[in-house]
Amino acid sequence: MSTAGIMQTVLVATLPGVIALTWFFGPGTLVNIAVGGALALAFEAGALALRDRSPTPYLKDYSVLVTSTLLCIALPPYSPWWLVATGIFSSVILGKHVFGGLGYNPFNPAMVGYVILLISFPLQMSTWQAPRGLGEIPGIMGALTAFISPATYDGVTMATPLDVLRQNQGLLMADLQAQKPQFGLWAGVGWEWVNIAFLVGGVWLLYKRIFTWHAPVGLLVALGVCAAIGFDSGSSESGGSPLLHWLSGATMFGAFFIITDPVSSAVSNKGRLIFGALIGVLIYLIRVHGNYPDAVAFAVLILNFAAPLIDQYTQPAVYGSKPVKEDDL
Amino acid sequence: MRSAHAIHGGIHPDEAKALAAPGKLLDAGIPDKLVLPLSQHIGRQPEAVVAVGEAVKGGQLLALAESPMSVSLHAPTSGIVTAIEDRPVPHPSGMTNLCIELQCDGEDDWLTFTGISNWRATDRTKLIEAISGAGIAGMGGAGFPTAVKLNGSPGQSIDTLIINGTECEPYISSDDTLMQIDAPSIVAGAEILAYIVGAKEILFAVEDNKPTALTAMHDAVAASESECQRDVMTFPTKYPSGGEKQLIEILTGKQVPSGGLPAHLGIVCQNPGTAVAVHAAILEGKPLTERIVTLTGEALGKPGNYRVRLGTPISHLLAVTEFDPSNNRRLIHGGPMMGFALENSDVPVIKTTNCVLVPTEQELPTPPPAQACIRCGHCAEACPASLLPQQLYWYARAKDQEQLEKHHLFDCIECGACSWVCPSHIPLVQYYRAAKGSIIDARAEKIRSDRSRERFEARQERVERELAAREAQRAARRAAAQKKADTDADDDPIAAAIARAKAKKQAADEAPSAVPDADS
Repeated sequence: MSTAGIMQTVLVATLPGVIALTWFFGPGTLVNIAVGGALALAFEAGALALRDRSPTPYLKDYSVLVTSTLLCIALPPYSPWWLVATGIFSSVILGKHVFGGLGYNPFNPAMVGYVILLISFPLQMSTWQAPRGLGEIPGIMGALTAFISPATYDGVTMATPLDVLRQNQGLLMADLQAQKPQFGLWAGVGWEWVNIAFLVGGVWLLYKRIFTWHAPVGLLVALGVCAAIGFDSGSSESGGSPLLHWLSGATMFGAFFIITDPVSSAVSNKGRLIFGALIGVLIYLIRVHGNYPDAVAFAVLILNFAAPLIDQYTQPAVYGSKPVKEDDL
Repeated sequence: MRSAHAIHGGIHPDEAKALAAPGKLLDAGIPDKLVLPLSQHIGRQPEAVVAVGEAVKGGQLLALAESPMSVSLHAPTSGIVTAIEDRPVPHPSGMTNLCIELQCDGEDDWLTFTGISNWRATDRTKLIEAISGAGIAGMGGAGFPTAVKLNGSPGQSIDTLIINGTECEPYISSDDTLMQIDAPSIVAGAEILAYIVGAKEILFAVEDNKPTALTAMHDAVAASESECQRDVMTFPTKYPSGGEKQLIEILTGKQVPSGGLPAHLGIVCQNPGTAVAVHAAILEGKPLTERIVTLTGEALGKPGNYRVRLGTPISHLLAVTEFDPSNNRRLIHGGPMMGFALENSDVPVIKTTNCVLVPTEQELPTPPPAQACIRCGHCAEACPASLLPQQLYWYARAKDQEQLEKHHLFDCIECGACSWVCPSHIPLVQYYRAAKGSIIDARAEKIRSDRSRERFEARQERVERELAAREAQRAARRAAAQKKADTDADDDPIAAAIARAKAKKQAADEAPSAVPDADS
């Protein structure tokens, strides 16, 4: 399989998640992805021209479309055009080309764009449409209005389940999940299915051998273990159950589509297991004890910093490096 | 019955072996001319013992090995030596080397040979001499002088002989063919090899994609007597199971220590072709002058396994196999994984030529230009040595020799599995070969500079020592002279008188000064 083929496979694998997002939150994500993709190609072509590189082989590798699609999936639907444009610019130019383009970026470009937006525009970045069943879902016209003329758009927004969990004041977990409308079967209404859909896409990528199981399993196990420890029998101090954490926010999207970016992760299988596990721990700590609604982007960037260090200590044992035992002779 | 062990990595490329119809041996005939490079092996070049214009018979010695790391060369047919000069030889660099050109007379008139029928009663050094004299070098690929391998190093005992009939590289079926048509000679040759190295056990290794060869080997083993424990082992097809180190792990579960040889585990590996050549050399006294070459690829009208005389120009083979040049861009010596492209078809077949691959452009397209490495890690999954090829590539490009060695560059067997899986079509092995070359150069350079520094320091020290010695001598002479002067002065009344007068004059000179001199 070629590099372009890998990128196309990843794009196809986002489909279940994108469909679930669209079903539960409306067509906002689709508008983001479509316009974001066009902008990304334009920025990529511009950067290549400035860097004196021939644009065609690079534009055909689909890598910039993966970056823009992943960023646009992470952005709130019904984001204004300038938010999307700023994010794509940050991802493609600051996240990728200033380091030398594909293969040379130390950080996940989509997460670079996301974090720049989250720090610069916290209000826009934490405003989420209410899911289907809890509020009216805008149509395509509404999505375009929100995108082009945000001042005239008025959507139904709602705190996400992770927000509700963080702001919990004294309710037992069971009561919180029963009383707050945001909670569904196992986690948030809509969110749980979005996570399951990304899990399906991710498992398909595993089946297609695009990446190995190490980083995603490391993340999910570590997050589950942390949540189990912090569950506190579901008391009012509880950090939430493992199931809640697995199916909330960007967990599955992060586990299968973000931390599996090979360029910015650790290289060996053992290294990727550790890389994923540490991201899982950080996600839990930031979600439960930090100040931001979700934690995947920060956790990923922090571990991108650490990846070369992890590599240093996780070189696999090469053939012939085992000491020869006496009875072998 | 032993069971096979699994190895890390490996790939399953399209085998494409059926194209050459393994098991059927065709004859490539006698060309007009043979071009015989003196060096067809790793090691030193033998000395030519024939002159231009000399008529030679088949099997006659053409070049004599004068050092143990060299291998003799014999005439593959009768004819006249028409030139001894540099000609292009099969090598990735397209280099030339000293070759003997033989104009074949078509008579194919051979010397008669005498073998050693009772080899079990013969001293092993005599047998090794006979093998060396027959010009045998490893026929599996590297071309290491067989006699050197059999000699071993002192203090190392060999328990196991492995006959490596794995032949895991796509397209190639020369060993497969040999096993199908002449398994008894392989088994008999292995018996001789085992006797020479003192092995108590012989393992015949055949990949499971060669069922006919496997049956033939089983039958040959069953039909023969042996003083060794023998086993014909088969295991799932995977490239590069036939790599010496990989095969040893598959068969025994042991790994050859990094930087070491199979002999460190008490193992010696030989190719079936080598076993047959040894068999012929010992029992018949016949030198190595021909081999089986797989001539294959869709650009050939008559692909197949051919019996080819060493020195046969590849252009002759292309004619025999009805080569269609219209849709071919590459001529590959060896297989698609580890072979190398030849610049033209003038080069001859040598002892290590197991395959000449002549593909059409559709069959094996010229690789597209390399793209950026996305560190996907597919190469690390495929690497049979458990290396991190993506990191090696990174450091090779950065010319970071320290990190390259830390990441075990020298454990790379250059099998090409990483390049084969690379989605960005990066010719990784080429980077590793270049990096190995520059590290070896740097080491040699360091040794050279260390030596010249030592020489310089030694010289410096010697010069200083000599200076000091001269200085000491001078000082001694001066001291002696001084002493002599002193004693002379004491004895001489005239000198004493002068000294007294001088002292008196000095005192008179100083008296008038009003202020006594501070320094007086």
